[in-house]
Amino acid sequence: MAMLDKTTVMAEAIAQIPDGATVMLGGFGVPGTPFSLIKELVRQGQKDLTLIKNDANETGMGVDWLLQNGQVRKLVVSHIGLNANAVRMMNEGEIEVEFVPQGILAERIRVAGAGVMGFVTDIGMGTLMAKGKPEITVNGVTGILETALKADFALVHASQADTFGNLRFTASARNFNPLISMAARKTIAEVKSVTPLGGLAPDDVHTPGPFVDHVVVIPELLEVYGVVER
Amino acid sequence: MVSLNARERMLRRAAADIVAGMTVNLGIGLPTKVLRYVPANLPVCLHSENGIAGVGAPVANSDADPDLIDAGGAYVSTIPGTSFFDSAVSFAIVRGGRLDLTMLGAFEVAGNGDLANWIIPGKFSPGAGGAIELAQKARKVAVITTHTDKNGRPKILSQCRLPLTASGCVHRIFTDMAVCDVTPEGLRLTEIAEGLSVADVLNVTEADLVLPEGPLPTF
Repeated sequence: MAMLDKTTVMAEAIAQIPDGATVMLGGFGVPGTPFSLIKELVRQGQKDLTLIKNDANETGMGVDWLLQNGQVRKLVVSHIGLNANAVRMMNEGEIEVEFVPQGILAERIRVAGAGVMGFVTDIGMGTLMAKGKPEITVNGVTGILETALKADFALVHASQADTFGNLRFTASARNFNPLISMAARKTIAEVKSVTPLGGLAPDDVHTPGPFVDHVVVIPELLEVYGVVER
Repeated sequence: MVSLNARERMLRRAAADIVAGMTVNLGIGLPTKVLRYVPANLPVCLHSENGIAGVGAPVANSDADPDLIDAGGAYVSTIPGTSFFDSAVSFAIVRGGRLDLTMLGAFEVAGNGDLANWIIPGKFSPGAGGAIELAQKARKVAVITTHTDKNGRPKILSQCRLPLTASGCVHRIFTDMAVCDVTPEGLRLTEIAEGLSVADVLNVTEADLVLPEGPLPTF
């Protein structure tokens, strides 16, 4: 038995994303953000996107390229405090922003990937976050229903990948990447270099290949992946 | 009134609550600064929301690994025993009750332990990040804040006016003037900054304070 080669040219992989798509992006700050795939999405110019990501990066980076290019309709995020431009666009009504507590965002994505419809939690009870959500009582304790969060596409940044799409992440660049890899109809992973089959030991795989549709080798390592000088 | 080094003494006093064996999450801002006063050899596991247990010391940009930041975006290091995990596992640690202590900042905190630290409607609404879950689920929640805001108005209120992060979640409040504990009898003044009188504290505290019978320990 052999494993399919999923390596794909970046432009072709991203060209599958239509206008109006819901796109999940990995990353918490810089680490794990698929900057090269985002840059290609900016070049191709798909519009009316709903982006699901932990944060909106910083002004002038990643998600902000899409915001400044007018490609985003809505953000589903836990925090946008480091991107003043995103805050401004939200305040001026140029984009819609849905805030989700960080761990609830992660869990809603995880359960979507696990084929579960939702879960019940007491997180956010009695706050704005619970507004409009159905209450459910389990064993005498009342919580709110949080629904699974799916996407059309997930764009992830891996530190290592083989041709079948087995992925491995590095340090704090793991964050949402393994979760969104499971939760989208199509998952596109970018990696600096792809290893042949067998190059990743089975026990070292963080995201198994069946979750990944395309492996894209980054043509050039952009400066934005480096240390941010503040 | 408040002496120049009051802030340092507040941080030092808060650090004394971090003891051997704890798993701790420190919020962005003042709470992170508490670390300066935690002995380097104290066995404590620092948790960061972005998927680290065992956060090591901050590192200079020149030595930084671009893939290794804490939840506040600062470049950090590993220590022997550090682990990395995804964001769902990270919040399983939080919601599953594995955090012994979290220290958080505050816009407002009330005598009943209500905390508001994520939104000022119309002015500041960057999202709560992980604050709601930390406030609700850490076994002990401490707030570190200046006693008054920059206009001198009390931050310890009888009732929060801003939307809550979580209700009744705070156990202890460290300020540059006092340490207060949320108790069933009310907010108890338990320690006072050196050189201040109880009246000084009462003057800038909106919440009712339960006062001790004997003399107050100072910090």
